[in-house]
Amino acid sequence: MRYVDEFRDRAKADILVKEIERLLARMKRDESRPLQIMEVCGGHTHSIFRYGVEGMLPKSIELVHGPGCPVCVLPMGRVDDCVAIAERPEVIFTTFGDAMRVPGSRKSLLQAKADGCDVRMVYSPMDALALARKNPAREVVFFGIGFETTMPSTALTVLQAEREGIKNFSIFCNHITIVPTIKAILDSPDLRLDGFLGPGHVSMVIGDAPYEFIACYYKKPMVIAGFEPLDILQSIWMLLRQIDEGRCEIENQYARVAPAGGNAVALQAVAQVYELREFFEWRGLGSIDHSGVKVRDAYAGFDAERKFAVPNARIADPKSCQCGEVLKGVIKPWQCKVFGGACTPETPLGALMVSSEGACAAYYQYGGIKRGRDDEASAA
Amino acid sequence: MNMVSIPPRRARGKVHVPTVTLAHGGGGKAMKDLIDDVFVSAFDNPLLSPLDDSARMDLLDLAQYGDRLAFTTDSFVVDPLVFPGGDIGRLAVCGTVNDLAVGGALPLYLSCAVIIEEGVSIDFLRQIARSMAATAQEAGVKIVTGDTKVVNKGACDQMFITTTGVGVAAAGVELGAHRARLGDAVLVNGLLGDHGAAILGARGDMALQSPIESDCAPLQGLIASLLNAAPNTRFMRDPTRGGVATVLNEIAEAAQIAIDIDEAVTPLRDEVRGFCEILGLDPLYLANEGKIVAIVPPDEAEPALEAMRAHPLGRQAAIIGNVVAGESGRVTMRTIFGGRRIVDMLVGEQLPRIC
Ligand code: SF4
Repeated sequence: MRYVDEFRDRAKADILVKEIERLLARMKRDESRPLQIMEVCGGHTHSIFRYGVEGMLPKSIELVHGPGCPVCVLPMGRVDDCVAIAERPEVIFTTFGDAMRVPGSRKSLLQAKADGCDVRMVYSPMDALALARKNPAREVVFFGIGFETTMPSTALTVLQAEREGIKNFSIFCNHITIVPTIKAILDSPDLRLDGFLGPGHVSMVIGDAPYEFIACYYKKPMVIAGFEPLDILQSIWMLLRQIDEGRCEIENQYARVAPAGGNAVALQAVAQVYELREFFEWRGLGSIDHSGVKVRDAYAGFDAERKFAVPNARIADPKSCQCGEVLKGVIKPWQCKVFGGACTPETPLGALMVSSEGACAAYYQYGGIKRGRDDEASAA
Repeated sequence: MNMVSIPPRRARGKVHVPTVTLAHGGGGKAMKDLIDDVFVSAFDNPLLSPLDDSARMDLLDLAQYGDRLAFTTDSFVVDPLVFPGGDIGRLAVCGTVNDLAVGGALPLYLSCAVIIEEGVSIDFLRQIARSMAATAQEAGVKIVTGDTKVVNKGACDQMFITTTGVGVAAAGVELGAHRARLGDAVLVNGLLGDHGAAILGARGDMALQSPIESDCAPLQGLIASLLNAAPNTRFMRDPTRGGVATVLNEIAEAAQIAIDIDEAVTPLRDEVRGFCEILGLDPLYLANEGKIVAIVPPDEAEPALEAMRAHPLGRQAAIIGNVVAGESGRVTMRTIFGGRRIVDMLVGEQLPRIC
């Protein structure tokens, strides 16, 4: 396939891996611990496992799989709210596929569907709006979830619904924003990260300027990375070069797609439809100030939260969950007490086991567990 | 040997109502007429046409093909009922024929039980019956007995079909996952995931238009030439739901072996790859309806490959991997990128990712 295969070229990968090894060998660094690089985005986590990227890297680089899977960080109470909305007989509840399995305190949306709720999988909010047009007697609710990547398309759909005067469409807004989240991680006292791979898709919308504080105030380098395996390797190499040269900048490896200034149309739609929430609860990370958005008063008619007065209950994560520590790179997934035992993709206890982009699910699915444990055994 | 001497029965003209009603399930004249019009006229053969309660086959006649009876059953529910490259009728014949064939048996007879939701158009039923008849002919099997039930609107999704198949396994053909040995080759007969992608693409709720057609096909011919070229073939399985990944895991588990496959040589249509990229799906888990996975001893791998490629349903056949020394029950894959990953059993259904 054109535009894809060139980013999966094995020969180029080998050259990059050699370069990375060479850089590591000559770098001045604390040899007693691996360099920890966090990929913030779930899409990166997925690619890393899908292509076996981590296994190609020298052992002295450790990838930490960050909080960038929006499905994984959705708190249980919000899933309960979804189910409560879906249980209303007049509602057609529409959602992206991977949100279906996220457990709530009572049930997941998949379970709600099995119990007779009208829950449907869609591929874009525009599909949900089309359903609303087709079913004027029903209330169609779209489960808005995701970072800045998906936020504009939900906003544009709301604007479209308004233009058409569609009254039976609303969104249950759970969109979150990446910058406060990275900040929350950087503020964590047990942080050990050496650098970040920035989320390429988010930067398509917001550009690279919003990350400047990471380099300026927290003195950590970041490379905004694409999602093909070669993108990821190249970004790791760029990050190492920064560390080696003592630089600390926001570099953009993904410039072919993500322009420095972001996307003005998308940003305009986002600003028009949403405003920041005071705080938003994250699974595994607790409440983070200004990390979520809600629908502005001007579009209240499209806000499912107001239309259906959702219960908005807060439900604590199970005590045994160590998702927060995994997210911050303090422990690896298989070191969590319940990994693979009480917590599996069939019965996820924690957020990271839910979607295939979650670090724990990826380790479980792609067998990282085995390698991780073997490495520990051989180190001991 | 002449099997049965009863003359074929002529269908008694066409049913003149446009849709199936509960009266067609009542067991009376309406039902008889429907069965005659739709099924008997399409499947017409001397074993079926007397419409006795059972079809009776001559044992000596069967014995000429081998020394063991093979017997299998499967139910078919698919949404949509008609999709690019096939329909539920073709699927119902291919599925059962292939289940017999991968066991090393020659498929001979099928039963066909249909559950129809009230309100389905009779023309549509005729279309499905014709498709079943044509596929049965392609597969060299006869549909010799059946059953028709009509259920209330909402009690089923338009139409479910169950087919049961009888075949005969040739003497000496012993297939089993446990026979796999270190060094054996893993073969597939062509491009993977076409059926799964075609079905997903054909579902109305999908924003994607895809040109992918299902690979749905009866494989008894291809399998016969494979067994001819590689008589010591250890095991075969048709990777339907759950795809090749699931079948490989089942084999590895059952035989307590490790299997390693190579992504670079695993045959995939560009359209299927693109489709999976967009939706965040893994093509290894997509369903196939015209594919087999075969485990073949190393010295027969090349002849097996040649035999497959010489058959119209095996042009893109490939050796995708081997039985290797490793943790038993494990399937691994060398990725295109040179990395390595584990190919595990899937938990539940594959759901498309967000971004
Ligand atoms: S194993 Fe489960 S509980 Fe533990 S960190 Fe992973 S997702 Fe959270």
